[in-house]
Amino acid sequence: MDLKTVKKVATLARLEMNDKELEAVRAKLGNIMKFVEQLGEVNTDKVEPLANVVDIKLRLREDEVTDGGIQAKILANAPEATAGFFVVPKVVE
Amino acid sequence: MTNLTDLSLADAVKGLEKKEFSSVEITKAHLKAMEEHRHLNAFIVETPDVALKQAVESDKRRASGKAGLLEGAPIGVKDLFCTTGVQTTAASNILRGFKPEYESTVTGKLFGDGAVMLGKLNLDEFAMGSSNTTSAFGNVISPWKRNDASNADLTPGGSSGGSAAAVSARLCLAATGTDTGGSIRQPAAFCGIAGIKPTYGRCSRWGIVAFASSLDQAGAFGRNLEDASMLLRSMSGFDPKDSTSADKPVPDFAAAVKGGVKGLKVGIPKEYRPDGLDPEIEKLWDDGINWLKAEGAEIVNVTLPHTKYGLPVYYIIAPAECSSNLARYDGVRYGLRVDGKDLSETYEKTRAAGFGDEVKRRIMVGTYVLSAGYYDAYYIKAQKVRRLILNDFLEAYKKCDVIITPSTPSAAFAIGENEDDPIKMYLNDIFTVTINLAGLPGLSVPAALNKQGLPLGLQLIGRPWDEETIIRAGGAIERAANFTAIPSLLNLKKKAA
Repeated sequence: MDLKTVKKVATLARLEMNDKELEAVRAKLGNIMKFVEQLGEVNTDKVEPLANVVDIKLRLREDEVTDGGIQAKILANAPEATAGFFVVPKVVE
Repeated sequence: MTNLTDLSLADAVKGLEKKEFSSVEITKAHLKAMEEHRHLNAFIVETPDVALKQAVESDKRRASGKAGLLEGAPIGVKDLFCTTGVQTTAASNILRGFKPEYESTVTGKLFGDGAVMLGKLNLDEFAMGSSNTTSAFGNVISPWKRNDASNADLTPGGSSGGSAAAVSARLCLAATGTDTGGSIRQPAAFCGIAGIKPTYGRCSRWGIVAFASSLDQAGAFGRNLEDASMLLRSMSGFDPKDSTSADKPVPDFAAAVKGGVKGLKVGIPKEYRPDGLDPEIEKLWDDGINWLKAEGAEIVNVTLPHTKYGLPVYYIIAPAECSSNLARYDGVRYGLRVDGKDLSETYEKTRAAGFGDEVKRRIMVGTYVLSAGYYDAYYIKAQKVRRLILNDFLEAYKKCDVIITPSTPSAAFAIGENEDDPIKMYLNDIFTVTINLAGLPGLSVPAALNKQGLPLGLQLIGRPWDEETIIRAGGAIERAANFTAIPSLLNLKKKAA
């Protein structure tokens, strides 16, 4: 795996990494990706992908309000909150 | 009176019932043991105030004749379960100081049955690891030592390393764990205790910090199978807040321990005997098979041909789900925040500072396999092989009722070993991951000590929703193995006293 790809993945994952860290991750990612390559030898023609092991149908419920009115609880762990809102760095100029 | 911390969970509850001691007394005895063994670093946070308050309330309930299944019994909670008002970190800096405003369904059920929480137990960061060495709160040290006088600190296993170490060292009667690829069964085996991961969907995942949602399942540790089964019963049951929670009745799991294995068909998968398997592990496995046979079980050979693909499938699916689940840690709503010049930079700096190396590595793998152009080649391919792994088990269960294998390919290793090479570390889970991929119930019971004096465990794997059969078989192993060894740490303490 080349450094450019690793850099792109780090950006997608929103992880700041310096060149030294990128290099260290590159080697380890390469090993792991090489390890999983052996799946290529398994014939999976006509096999459906398995996403959910247990045969449970997703349940539906009435579309009604069952929760709410807990603004203070939701903001309780915010790194920064003002006037009932989460505060983030300026997004729009 | 016997030492209150030496009691099994079942005996402790009986003693409380007979008023031989109070919940406050047995809770205090455990709090003292926790203080004496802080060097194990099993707890991230001790919660003596919560524990004593719960114990006082429990004693009142019992006095008024309203006792629950676990009334007054002090337990430990893996720090992956959200607990109202008590710091919940997943052993990550990104959640340092996070105090949930809500209770996980599982801990809510435990408290509803009268359990007392002694503290939050250490683990690998976000439950990602097999040695409890990725915690932002330091390594957990096993209470066991090799008998070679090397005095090397050993790993308790992971990710539920704090849970296994604490139960083994008599710091709590029982403890919760979670198991995504072996995180209950492997530490149980390393610490010489029982650990059970039920069928996927048995315990609600609501309020458990997510790692890989299609694999994560809560479960229980006890010093014997009866205790782990008692705890599991309390933790189990339908929860409308978890879309994968099963609406099924919860059996009295502990009753199955004495069920016996007469007429049970026990499957032996030949793929679990890889070249170079440690002869001690091989002998342990043969002993286990013979013990079951002696109790009247019928032994049948089965084949699980896709076993060797379990790890590569796991190392695509688990990181993929992890990268998606951990996207929520953005420094906005909770947890750590490191300010940058704009929102993007704030995300990047927050996540860089908050996550440890192993977590970052898995997020990177997951992001890569889910990224444009690779999704089909890796993720969909892995999901297809995952189905073949499940089909292997379903096919095998046409011929047998339960499968027996070793729990791990080795006994506990020293802290620091296996760390340079992630693949080697991942091989620890070779006997356990396929069970998560197939969503099946599995357990580990201690069965012997190796030449170095360290515990080894046997694993039992069952059909979906059939925890009772693996508990029956596990009970037979317990009776035959008669595993009474206690950790080196406690032996030393006894000698000193």
